[in-house]
Amino acid sequence: MTKSKADEEDYWNSSKFKAFTFDDEDDELIRLKESRQAVNSIRRLVEEDDDEDDVEKVSWSGEPVGSISWSVKETAASNQRTDREPAFPKIPTDTPSLSKSQSGYSLSSLFKGKTKGGNFQSFTDTLSDSSIRLYAPELRKPKSEYKDYVSDWSPEETIQRLQQGKTAPLEKFRSLQDKLLLLDFAVSAHDGNVITAVLIYLKRTLSKEVLFRELESRQTALRHFIHYLTETKDQRLLLELLRALGRTENVALLQYKEHLSIADENKRRDFLKSCLSLPFSAEDSAHVQDHYTLLERQIIIEATDQQAERGGKVEIFQKFPRRASILNMPLITTLYYCCFYHYSEPEGTYSSPLNIRQTFKISGKQYFVTALAARAKLKAWLDVDALFTSRNWLGFTRKKSPLSFQRVVDVLQKNSAPTQVLQDYVGLVEDPDMRISLAQKHKCHDIVINTYRDMKDRQQLLGYRGKVGRGSAEERKIDELLNNQQIRWKN
Amino acid sequence: MANSARRDSPELPDFSLLKRLARDQLIYLLEQLPGKKDLFIEADLMSPLDRIANVSTLKQHEVDKLYKVEYKPVVSTSDQLCFLIRPRIQTVKWICDVANADKAAGKFRRYKIIFTPQKFYACEAVLEEQGMFGDVTTDEWAFYLLPLDDDIISLELPEFFRDNFLAGDQRWMRTAGSALHLLHSLYGPFSKVYGIGRYSKMAYESWREQVEQGEQRARQAEIGNVFLIDRDVDFVTPLCSQVVYEGLVDDIFRIKCGCVEFSPDVTASDKSVKVMLNSQDKVFNEIRNEHFSNVFGFLSQKARNLQTAYDKRRGMDIKQMKTFVSEELKGLKQEHRLLSLHIGASESIMKKKTKQDFQELLKTEHSLLEGFEIRECISYIEEHISRQVSMIESLRLLCLLSITENGLLPKDFRSLKAQYLQSYGVDHLLTFSNLRQLGLLVEQQPGETLTVMESRVGKLVNDKTAGKLTDAFSSLAKKSNFRALSRKLNLVPKSDEEYDLRVPRDMAYIFSGAYVPLSCKLIEQVLERDGWTGLEEVTRLLNGNEFAVTGSNGAKNDAQRIILVMFLGGCTFSEISALRFLGREKGYKFIVVTTAITNSSRLIESLLDNHV
Repeated sequence: MTKSKADEEDYWNSSKFKAFTFDDEDDELIRLKESRQAVNSIRRLVEEDDDEDDVEKVSWSGEPVGSISWSVKETAASNQRTDREPAFPKIPTDTPSLSKSQSGYSLSSLFKGKTKGGNFQSFTDTLSDSSIRLYAPELRKPKSEYKDYVSDWSPEETIQRLQQGKTAPLEKFRSLQDKLLLLDFAVSAHDGNVITAVLIYLKRTLSKEVLFRELESRQTALRHFIHYLTETKDQRLLLELLRALGRTENVALLQYKEHLSIADENKRRDFLKSCLSLPFSAEDSAHVQDHYTLLERQIIIEATDQQAERGGKVEIFQKFPRRASILNMPLITTLYYCCFYHYSEPEGTYSSPLNIRQTFKISGKQYFVTALAARAKLKAWLDVDALFTSRNWLGFTRKKSPLSFQRVVDVLQKNSAPTQVLQDYVGLVEDPDMRISLAQKHKCHDIVINTYRDMKDRQQLLGYRGKVGRGSAEERKIDELLNNQQIRWKN
Repeated sequence: MANSARRDSPELPDFSLLKRLARDQLIYLLEQLPGKKDLFIEADLMSPLDRIANVSTLKQHEVDKLYKVEYKPVVSTSDQLCFLIRPRIQTVKWICDVANADKAAGKFRRYKIIFTPQKFYACEAVLEEQGMFGDVTTDEWAFYLLPLDDDIISLELPEFFRDNFLAGDQRWMRTAGSALHLLHSLYGPFSKVYGIGRYSKMAYESWREQVEQGEQRARQAEIGNVFLIDRDVDFVTPLCSQVVYEGLVDDIFRIKCGCVEFSPDVTASDKSVKVMLNSQDKVFNEIRNEHFSNVFGFLSQKARNLQTAYDKRRGMDIKQMKTFVSEELKGLKQEHRLLSLHIGASESIMKKKTKQDFQELLKTEHSLLEGFEIRECISYIEEHISRQVSMIESLRLLCLLSITENGLLPKDFRSLKAQYLQSYGVDHLLTFSNLRQLGLLVEQQPGETLTVMESRVGKLVNDKTAGKLTDAFSSLAKKSNFRALSRKLNLVPKSDEEYDLRVPRDMAYIFSGAYVPLSCKLIEQVLERDGWTGLEEVTRLLNGNEFAVTGSNGAKNDAQRIILVMFLGGCTFSEISALRFLGREKGYKFIVVTTAITNSSRLIESLLDNHV
């Protein structure tokens, strides 16, 4: 994880909305706690333990039984050859490039009996003896040992040797036909290691134009080549290849990716600006534009705020020193930052939250969520309040929220809002049961009492009387209600 | 656990042989380099190496100092440097830099690279290009298979997934074939091989060729049948939240090479503890396959039993006490330690999960699997994104949405992508491009849906209604493959039935009864039918590439019911739990071989591209 990522986490660890706790799980927790206590109570007996790391030990390792030479012989067995019938039948695997081979050889003749494409060979077929013979083509027969000393291998033999990790000179494959045949055999052997080995040879001995042209019709080989160039970081050749293939979007993304390795923010910004002309899809092009605009802005904000912080004159930076630079943070983190440090700035400034919202077309809900989190973090309850306030046509103010009030309460509570603030929002939770459970949790007695009153639930109210302070205002209120003759209790 | 195991379940073969083999071969390789030497080990090889050898093994073979490969200049004073690495171009380049720097400083040393599990020509090409071919000698350590438990063997190659499925590089196919070949020559001969997926076919072919080239010893088979499966046959299962204990522990604490590190908040002490999680841990072994909701009850019961056992010592005379201490105490202490660790872990899991609203998350996942209330799911994901909750989690949900719905509607795709980039950074353009290439997160193609009509209607009515209409229309449109598969194979049990997680009735219990993992369902069906007959529609929906072949000489004994399942591209602990369940039901024993243990986070992380 890069430093900036960690910093970003830092911002949010403290401010992230923490989700709701599910009460019904509580008794499980209690049960666990009980078990823990039971276990802890007997801990003392165990404390004087000598087998401290018993559990850390790997109890799985066995005794060394076989000798080294024996085991080496075991694994070397795979290199030995014997002439015999194959124990398992061959199944057809798709070898798309073979049919497209421009070589003079008829490759299909080498694989006679093989069904085309990825067709599934029927079960009974594979059982019959004759099919096994059919599926063991001539060339698959093990080579006699003397061939190891003669470097006159056919393309297929060469590929087989390479597969077994042996050397085989590729230099003798000089005609384009031979080279492609070699490549096609490598592909049909499904061994990526060998495919890449052949590609490295082709890259060295063919001009780019010819190589690119031939790769275009050989998708498997092409993907191996792209991966090889990516791993060797041959960006220039890779871009040339993608351009030759007409994969313009890939070209754009690959070039855009380079910004990640530019550490200096000004250089990075300039680089992003140069990316704007790359052939992205219309959609991605807009995202890259936003990326550039955002970094440009972050650079300005960072410079100003750093100065303000050092100057020591701006109160908020003194009270809440910045934990990290805002550079290269995501847009929403930047918005949060600006809601935190620059909330009341006029819309004209770069760091004004409203300006950011406008510039990047942030949705109302997203803006609301972020501003709420930032202002609650600062305990700026008036600002929080103002976020919800809208006037209806009669001029009365009422609270509206794009987020459920239950979540709002959660956010506020996580930022240790006082009960007076909380109860305003708890009272707005629509579902009465949810409202009561939240109110009880946050000790908003008035809301509990009023809700029970509205529900005409005398029993519950009576029960709640035991939970409020003796002689408190709440108790008096409950008593008043209970004595109120006009309420028609349901129980 | 419902231990209704069929009594005739066959015994598992002993895989510790694989460890011995790997260790002996490593020792042999070290002995090829006589004299004192410093050993540099690639970071991700350290844990696997730990499982088969220890420092004293290495010291005995004249390894002086041990270093981790860190791509920095080396400080070693040894005149022999040995590098134990994965065949990666970047590492070989670094070694060339080291050797070239020595050369420039006039320092003479011997260098040896031991590639594991095999070398690649591309790495040798780097040595050649850097003028180091010959100066740096190379070898191969055929360490293909690491047994993580009695029934789990890992190739420890997490990069297999990205290399194969994203980049389309088949470099590991030979490795997969060789791994299978090793198992075949030690525990075979196999009698049947089933499989599905392009790479499964290739691995089968590679293995078959190696069998043909090698020599076969006549021996009693210990493994009967083999099932090969590509990860991309089933992406849904690894993207779901795991709720079985072992999977949950992996999701939250990350099990690395069969070992987990519990932080101080779990151990209730000031240090963290590394614990091996396998069948040797008696407490763990009893809860690993349990749905998390059953775990508390089990642990409390265990704690009470333990208390009773300890209480026995009260009122004992000296002699009795002596017997107690010598015979029972050690076992009790061990159990006590394990119990308190797993209780701590469960507490920590509960705290984390209630904090992040786990119930609601699971509800969304289940709705997606069922194809129910998709609009609500999308709002839930949107809220996740706008609150900047975990970037991996948001992506995981988006992928799950896309696969289960056979792609997102263009307008949803565009809006969710834009919100994602705003919340987590535009850099993720590259990640989205990867996900699209892999088919994990895609836009529905025009024509698949009634977009024109929909947008016309959308203009006439307000947003909320439009959303509902969209749902209606997409259900008229071409059905997604997942939905069709789900119906064909009955993957999502009817939700109105009560599911008792204490007494699981099918493999769906690993997802709270909401979904039978597709991968495991396929295995069940193919074993039941002894092939793919009758599953033609299913394989068509999975893009074919299925096979079933019979060998000429196979097991005729109990080994027939020992089934090796090889996952190419990784498998999850939940899938392993499901197979264990299936094994108990049907009297099979499953051995899971996987290129790596995976989960949703690992899968998504391997596809991120927002860093250099």
